[in-house]
Amino acid sequence: MKAASFDYVRASSKKEVLQLLHEHGEDARVLAGGQSLMATLNMRLTQPKVVIDINRVDELNRIRNESGHLAVGAAVRQVQLTDRAELAREVPLLARALPWIGHFQTRNRGTVCGSVAHADPSAEIPLCLVTLGGTVVLESLKGKRREVPAADFFQGLLTTDRKPGELISEVRFPLAEDGTDYRFQEIAMRHGDFALVALALCLRADGAHLGVGGVADRPVAQTLPLGDDLPDALNTLAWSLGAQDDVHASAAYRRQLVRELGQRLIEEPSHARPR
Amino acid sequence: MHAPAEQRTEIELELNGETRHGRAEPRTQLCDFLRHDLGATGVHVGCEHGVCGACTVLVDGVASRSCLMLAVQADGRRIDTVESLARDDVMNDLQQAFSRHHALQCGFCTSGILMSCVEFLQRVPAPDEAQVRDMLSGHLCRCTGYTGIVRAVLEVARQRQSGESQQNASEKPYDV
Repeated sequence: MKAASFDYVRASSKKEVLQLLHEHGEDARVLAGGQSLMATLNMRLTQPKVVIDINRVDELNRIRNESGHLAVGAAVRQVQLTDRAELAREVPLLARALPWIGHFQTRNRGTVCGSVAHADPSAEIPLCLVTLGGTVVLESLKGKRREVPAADFFQGLLTTDRKPGELISEVRFPLAEDGTDYRFQEIAMRHGDFALVALALCLRADGAHLGVGGVADRPVAQTLPLGDDLPDALNTLAWSLGAQDDVHASAAYRRQLVRELGQRLIEEPSHARPR
Repeated sequence: MHAPAEQRTEIELELNGETRHGRAEPRTQLCDFLRHDLGATGVHVGCEHGVCGACTVLVDGVASRSCLMLAVQADGRRIDTVESLARDDVMNDLQQAFSRHHALQCGFCTSGILMSCVEFLQRVPAPDEAQVRDMLSGHLCRCTGYTGIVRAVLEVARQRQSGESQQNASEKPYDV
């Protein structure tokens, strides 16, 4: 299908973006990589009056390693992280998750913050952000700059804590901690398709912090005990997610994947992984 | 830059090495602009939501879905479509290998796949089969089962690595 009509503004500064968002509120949509927004525009699932293109706003296209986190700006594409050699040391979980996001052709344009803004329950970047305890930075023209924990930011299917007039100016991923092993795994019908179940893991000596995507209406992370208590804890977690049947998989299959894949991911021998 | 809805805005871009001009409404997808306004009908439009890969073109050398970009966003950019591959009516090494290995049947998906291959082989000059299949996972082909495509891409990668491709291209324009 073809999109309904809208005004298009190519913004040249963050201030201009905030000004436009302030003026138009819910009638405006921010166009970053377009890998979700353009599809919903084409299908007329969303019909904004104004589309604000941030692709040429240089100050939003920044990656900063500072104060214990990696801050990724609103216009940073997924491929920029894939190409970042230090990422495997800085945020190893994200480095392992990136190859699972769509396809290289969509990672070439898709942005990190765009995936967070879209809040698809099976998306890998929101899952990593929640599992690592990252934050989302929101800015507006008049209001206060807010830094919201990812676990509070995602509020349900395609629903977030972003208020009309606010821009997700960056997301912050905590840097790797010593003694933690980061692992990622997912099952999809075809590599790059939406995950039936995606798992992100921070494995420490005293417990497994496991994030699950694709099952509940948002990514959910929980700390599980290791050893004999693990199967029961995984089962409880699997049942707590409110899995639904859909055309791709039954709720029972999704629960089974959480249990089985979770157990394997947590208990697989720790290889000498590059850090 | 502000482009009002339903008003056609001037766009200038470099298409396959030539500077081209056109006008498009903000809502016009890049793929439709390339086909209908600039005549690059090698760009095929399939699903219009980024899943099938048929409309893949290079934007500043990077493989991208042209259905997920607005024409106005391409202003000032360099766009390469499948029309950029052949020279003087001679298909390039990749196109010839696709023909040789029956890597296409109906051909609808082919132009997008070829453009992905162009960037892919630059980034990964000596891929293994798994890497080629991973690259192809961004494209739907309902005819071939992908086997011939994988063979063609691997062969071209090998040829380019050993520097054979140029001789082949001049000796065998069409291998039927």
